[in-house]
Amino acid sequence: MGLNPTRHVLDNGVTVIVKSNHTTPAVSLLIGVRTGAYADPADREGTAALCARVLDRGTITRPADVIADDLDGRGASLSVATGRHQMAISATCLSGDFGAVLALAADIARHPAFPDTEVNTRRADLITSIRQDEDHPAPMAVAAFARALYGTHPYARKVRGSVATVESIRRQDLVRFYQKGFQPHAVTVVVVGDFAAEAAIAAIGKAFGDWAVSARGDKPSGLSGPDAVLVPDAIAPTERRLVSVSMMNKAQADLAYGFIGIRRAHPDYTAFSVMNNALGQYAIGGRLGDSIRERQGMAYYVFSSLDASLGAGAFTIRAGVSADNVERAIASIDAELTAVLQSGFTAQEIDESKSYLVGSLPRQLETNAAIASFLLNADFFDLGLDYDARLPALIQSVTLDAANAAARQLLDPSRATIAVAGPWMKTATDLHR
Amino acid sequence: MVRETVLDNGLKVLVQEVHTAPLASVWCWYRVGSKDETPGVTGVSHWVEHMNFKGTRNIPRDQVKGIIEKFGGSWNGYTWIDQTTYLETASKDALDRMLFIEAERLDACLYDPADCESERTVIIAELQGGENDPEQLLDTEVTAAAFKVHPYHHPTIGWLSDLQTMGREDLFGHYRRYYVPSNATIVVVGDVDSDDVVKRVAAHFGSIPSGSQPARVRQVEPEQQAERRVVLRKEGTTAYWKAVFHAPAFTDEAFFPLLVADAVLNGAAGLNIWSGGGVSRPQRSARLYRALVDGGLAASVSGGLMPTEHPYLYSLSVSVAEGGSLAAVEEVVLKEVARLQRDGISPAEFTKVNAQLRARFVYDGDSVTDIAHQLGYFETIGSWRNYHDLRARLEAVTPEAVHAAAVKYFTPANRTIGWFEPVIGLGA
Repeated sequence: MGLNPTRHVLDNGVTVIVKSNHTTPAVSLLIGVRTGAYADPADREGTAALCARVLDRGTITRPADVIADDLDGRGASLSVATGRHQMAISATCLSGDFGAVLALAADIARHPAFPDTEVNTRRADLITSIRQDEDHPAPMAVAAFARALYGTHPYARKVRGSVATVESIRRQDLVRFYQKGFQPHAVTVVVVGDFAAEAAIAAIGKAFGDWAVSARGDKPSGLSGPDAVLVPDAIAPTERRLVSVSMMNKAQADLAYGFIGIRRAHPDYTAFSVMNNALGQYAIGGRLGDSIRERQGMAYYVFSSLDASLGAGAFTIRAGVSADNVERAIASIDAELTAVLQSGFTAQEIDESKSYLVGSLPRQLETNAAIASFLLNADFFDLGLDYDARLPALIQSVTLDAANAAARQLLDPSRATIAVAGPWMKTATDLHR
Repeated sequence: MVRETVLDNGLKVLVQEVHTAPLASVWCWYRVGSKDETPGVTGVSHWVEHMNFKGTRNIPRDQVKGIIEKFGGSWNGYTWIDQTTYLETASKDALDRMLFIEAERLDACLYDPADCESERTVIIAELQGGENDPEQLLDTEVTAAAFKVHPYHHPTIGWLSDLQTMGREDLFGHYRRYYVPSNATIVVVGDVDSDDVVKRVAAHFGSIPSGSQPARVRQVEPEQQAERRVVLRKEGTTAYWKAVFHAPAFTDEAFFPLLVADAVLNGAAGLNIWSGGGVSRPQRSARLYRALVDGGLAASVSGGLMPTEHPYLYSLSVSVAEGGSLAAVEEVVLKEVARLQRDGISPAEFTKVNAQLRARFVYDGDSVTDIAHQLGYFETIGSWRNYHDLRARLEAVTPEAVHAAAVKYFTPANRTIGWFEPVIGLGA
């Protein structure tokens, strides 16, 4: 049972993962590269983000408008995204177009030209999107939260960078970033969809097999091994902090409340994810949603999230509330966390969260794109090709005690970092109410 | 492929077997949306949707939202201008549980007065969260300016003053009027047996009294006589430009020609308003993208032609780039629209966007949840059979029909233009 995909490593180190699925006459392609905003030069935050925007805007043999015409003529979709540690070229097309779209995507990954005009236009686009964020309380709260929580640690930085750093990025920065990060051994190609597996592997071998390792490249990066990306531990705050971004023209405040979380490689990762579900996700936001939305009618949304990556990402609670309710919402989060710390979850809560997480797997693995992204993630974190098959038992093995221990390890209102953005201003008394 | 049954009480049942994963998706659709609301109670349909996730006679209030998650299921609901819908997608073993929830939702919701009150502030928070977004503010203003008579005028979430003043009796009255079997359609798609599903639906819903068909909207928007303009000057960082044109209803023969015209301007967007087809639209070779985004005037541009029961709007939305201006964006968009009106589209463009739209229709039905959505959605604005006619209607479109639609709809007198002009804050 399970997805049971085929995995194959080419001689040059490119990893290939293939899974046939004949539900719809379409294919999803995902090319993951082990580089990202974490590799941005110190004063050039946003380099990976700009690289992603320019990467598919012209290769050595295909100008940008030829790529656009080719994709659009097929009704295919192709985009490039970046996170802290991973960039991905993703494409969806009808099965008849798979060969052509694969060849095009490989060309984009291997021979981008970074034309000057495109660099300039996409730089302006990126700056506009940063400015748009600056007018939205939610991304402003999240950014202020990360800065306050991580301080000098690299995870304090924004993937998109700031207007000032993006303005300083030049074409040469993108070329250097690309040459360092885009190396065959850092690439995993995942295809899921309506094709014969052997033919797909052969086609990928043809598209990527002659990609030679360059001297400028980084060493293989990953979770383990001598050359793994080493993300330093962040220094956990020892006291409670509240920061605010005043946006008096806005209708509502967004808040982000949380702690430094765990690495994906943490042996008890699954217990943390069950705890996260029970605290801030199950039904309409777990315990937090039940209190803040359902019983107190204070917010349209409240939830928690666990960002476990190569380094310890944040454990974040988010809510949108009216300015009048900011203090009350923070106090309610404090109260719910304190209740969990003092009395733990109930056995029923943890059982329900486990049932949800196990039962949701078939649904989460229904579409080609979702399967491809699951397999890429499993490969990136060395979880094994059979991770989908092992996951139900991993979740079921989490005990109430383990979930409560995960809560005790992470949650501590007296050391919470809190950021508020919106029509609200902090006063001296707010912190300790 | 689709089995259609109508129970004695008028409930329509649509079942499609899809045996690719051990899942079932259940959607219950009601022909009621914000266009069915009268002044003073705008937003009532959406608030009713929220209330229908509270307790019922046989499901305690604290269990409604978790009842399906135990099976790993996802659930949700939405309200828009023509319809309200509720869904669960879960393991097929949960089919009975999903049908039970929907039968309870149709007939047995409680509307506890305290729950109505606590939900009032949740809804106002939802409205205010939306108002944080300048594009949404602009959209609300432009839509309201475009419709003077038809209730598509007001936003689905409602006007704030109505949300502050309506009460439990307004909510419960609306629920009782529209939540009757003869106004509902239940759709089940997945790894199921059609005969078995019909039997189970009859067991859960068969005893609910039929109810009477609610009254329907009679207002017709008069033909717009002159261009309208809305200019919002507010604190902000980015300028947004928007234009809306009165557009044909989904069943109108001009709908598909205009859909093709939109694909030429912006790339094909497909017709699944729930998932959007799950992938970004292919738009880099589209006329407006090349003129505005590649031209450095805009950071993004999109077009929107929604399938609706009554004539709604075709919209063009632009976020202005650093260094661009609203006036420059407007000049380019109106020039491109005028060019389409004057010259129509080229054979190459026609071939290209047909291929795009055919692909989008495939992506639109990517999962059991999406297929069930599409069947039910089209049922609420006409018939589920329209979902199966998309390809045929697209194939019937000619370049001449696209040109004619552009000539008819893209006139100055038929449009409302909105500017969001950011002003620098004066400080707190």
